[in-house]
Amino acid sequence: MTATEEADFSSKGYLNMQLLRFTTAGSVDDGKSTLIGRLLYDSKSLFEDQLDAVKRASVQKGSEHLNLALFTDGLRAEREQGITIDVAYRYFATPNRKFIIADTPGHIQYTRNMVTGASTANAAIILIDARNGVIEQTYRHAYIAYLLGIPHIVVCINKMDLLDYSEEVFEKIKADFNAFVAKVLPGEDLRFIPISALKGDNVVKPSQKMEWYNGSTLLETLETIPIDQDHDMIHQRFPVQYVIRPESDKYHDYRGYAGRIAGGIFHPCDEVMVLPAGIKTRIRQIDTFNGPLDEAFPPMSVTLLLDDDIDISRGDMIAGAGDLPKAASEFDCMICWMNPKPMQLNGKYALKNNSRDVRCVIDKIDFVLNINTLGQIPRRTSLAMNEIGRIHLRTTKPLFFDPYTVNRQSGSIILIDEATNETVAAGMIL
Amino acid sequence: MKDYNLTHLRELESEAIYVLREVAAQFERPALLFSGGKDSIVLVHLSRKAFHPAAFPFPLLHIDTGHNFEEAITFRDDLVKKFNARLVVGSVQESIDTGRVVEEKGINASRNVLQTVTLLDTIEKYKFDAAIGGGRRDEEKARAKERFFSHRDEFGQWDPKNQRPELWNIFNGKKRMGEHFRVFPISNWTEMDVWQYILQENIELPSLYFTHEREVFFRDGIYLAKAPFMAMKPAEKAEKLRVRCRTVGDISCTGLVLSTADNLEDIIREIAATRVTERGGRYDDKRSDAAMEDRKKEGYF
Repeated sequence: MTATEEADFSSKGYLNMQLLRFTTAGSVDDGKSTLIGRLLYDSKSLFEDQLDAVKRASVQKGSEHLNLALFTDGLRAEREQGITIDVAYRYFATPNRKFIIADTPGHIQYTRNMVTGASTANAAIILIDARNGVIEQTYRHAYIAYLLGIPHIVVCINKMDLLDYSEEVFEKIKADFNAFVAKVLPGEDLRFIPISALKGDNVVKPSQKMEWYNGSTLLETLETIPIDQDHDMIHQRFPVQYVIRPESDKYHDYRGYAGRIAGGIFHPCDEVMVLPAGIKTRIRQIDTFNGPLDEAFPPMSVTLLLDDDIDISRGDMIAGAGDLPKAASEFDCMICWMNPKPMQLNGKYALKNNSRDVRCVIDKIDFVLNINTLGQIPRRTSLAMNEIGRIHLRTTKPLFFDPYTVNRQSGSIILIDEATNETVAAGMIL
Repeated sequence: MKDYNLTHLRELESEAIYVLREVAAQFERPALLFSGGKDSIVLVHLSRKAFHPAAFPFPLLHIDTGHNFEEAITFRDDLVKKFNARLVVGSVQESIDTGRVVEEKGINASRNVLQTVTLLDTIEKYKFDAAIGGGRRDEEKARAKERFFSHRDEFGQWDPKNQRPELWNIFNGKKRMGEHFRVFPISNWTEMDVWQYILQENIELPSLYFTHEREVFFRDGIYLAKAPFMAMKPAEKAEKLRVRCRTVGDISCTGLVLSTADNLEDIIREIAATRVTERGGRYDDKRSDAAMEDRKKEGYF
């Protein structure tokens, strides 16, 4: 960014930027940290003191060149072991978009971190080392991106500099990946970019070494991926988060239902159904601190006022009257287990879905996935940490949800161990 | 076709409001950590939005080191009056007087580290079960892995290797008796986002953030404010310069920058051009490379 572009940050243009959240997946040594370092460095998102610290550390470790990977170093334990052990969030901006990177480790045992990072992402960057091509871990990364419903996948084929920037190598890897995807991940928005994170080719600046490549650089891609259809804009879903009842004379009769819109576009006068009460009413007003709105859509936080006085509390769902979510107290879901203590068949857990808190029992484990071959292993009685499987569970009270593939908010659950209060699993309702 | 995209500031605002409402719904006695700095002032603004037209359902909690910029305290008291908020103060001086902590000695003495004890004591005294803070993940590398809902054991400690996974927008605030949570609604904001939001929303700030004349001295690459309790080395000379604060905290560790910016647009232009991070001017982080991580484990903000 030049000095004149920096000045743009204070113009009104900056106030109209969009937000893109993406996750990065790669195996150990695929150059993921270097890629993120490159994005931050070339987009001038690093500050002098950060640069100084990394320069000092690079020299200390005997690196020949500026070790870009050090920019993403986090906790002391990681610096000591030279690995990433948890999801770290990084930020940078261009005049068009602000970016949030969920930087997740690539080790086999960290499936749970990848799932966590993927849960909020609009896009996934999957890194492939051009020397190794598509390997088992690539399938795993692609599958997790698909399972978590990430709408856009960008496959970066890295270390092209080590293979003479060969078009053949690129095309071969692309074909291998596509062959896998055609089987397992139909209908994904897929893009392929040949890069060298170390040398900077096609990351922020177009490569001079790969004239055969006519596509966008990684940064251009991230800046232009359309994100306005990433939320479910069709089915009206409003999980009630909190009831606002001001204790003041002026607002004596005010009863507002606060929440964040999980799906669909809401307008005043829309006919809605309140669940579980099963009562129809109309929206009287969509209220905010800045005044009433004509419409509201995901992911806006608003307060709904309704025509009728109905007993509504946290955990209830307000949905389009002609377009209800599923209401069920038993269902199937894909689950990723995240705790050292394995999931037990017939085990009881606390469950959170939208703003609703219930308890549940796992009454069937259909299969566990071999995450590298995507084969189904029929199973048995437990699910261990970092395993993904399909289960059936029953809840103490009905949930109001959509299949996860339709709505990532209303279709997601977490399980909590009631003895330790730890979050032990993430689930996607089928 | 109509464009159904929120701007990044609206989306961040919506996320923060969602988190604040989760705090009110999931905890019995939350409090908002208020330092008088811009991040906590933005939190107050977001809280007013989240619970409108009701008052926000938690008090402001200020941990007072006694080493304050006068302007920050005046601003705090005015804000409390204006929004009819409740204020709880935890005093580091009191912790020193009662022997809970021992004041640091020497030239670099600061009460910044001592705050942790006062903070934890105050949380225990008022039985707060959630403390809402203005921490952001872009501030420092140890914060980059912080959760929105950050669990603290009964000693107030943070265990970075054993954090609860946080997925989608589902927050797990379950805890045992005596444990509490730190909650960071603006985790995903950067310094630039905060300033842009202050501009967009026209939020009032203490005058310290704008250029003013002040007696300062230079130490290890940072300007520090001259004050009665600030020990100076013989070689250090105070001089009157036009400066402003990039962050506002305890005087002993708040660095000032040379600046003539007297309005928000100028400050934003200045930040866009500055190549030193906000915390680069924090004297407390210079102590060691893992300074922040160590303080956080002990229960710091």
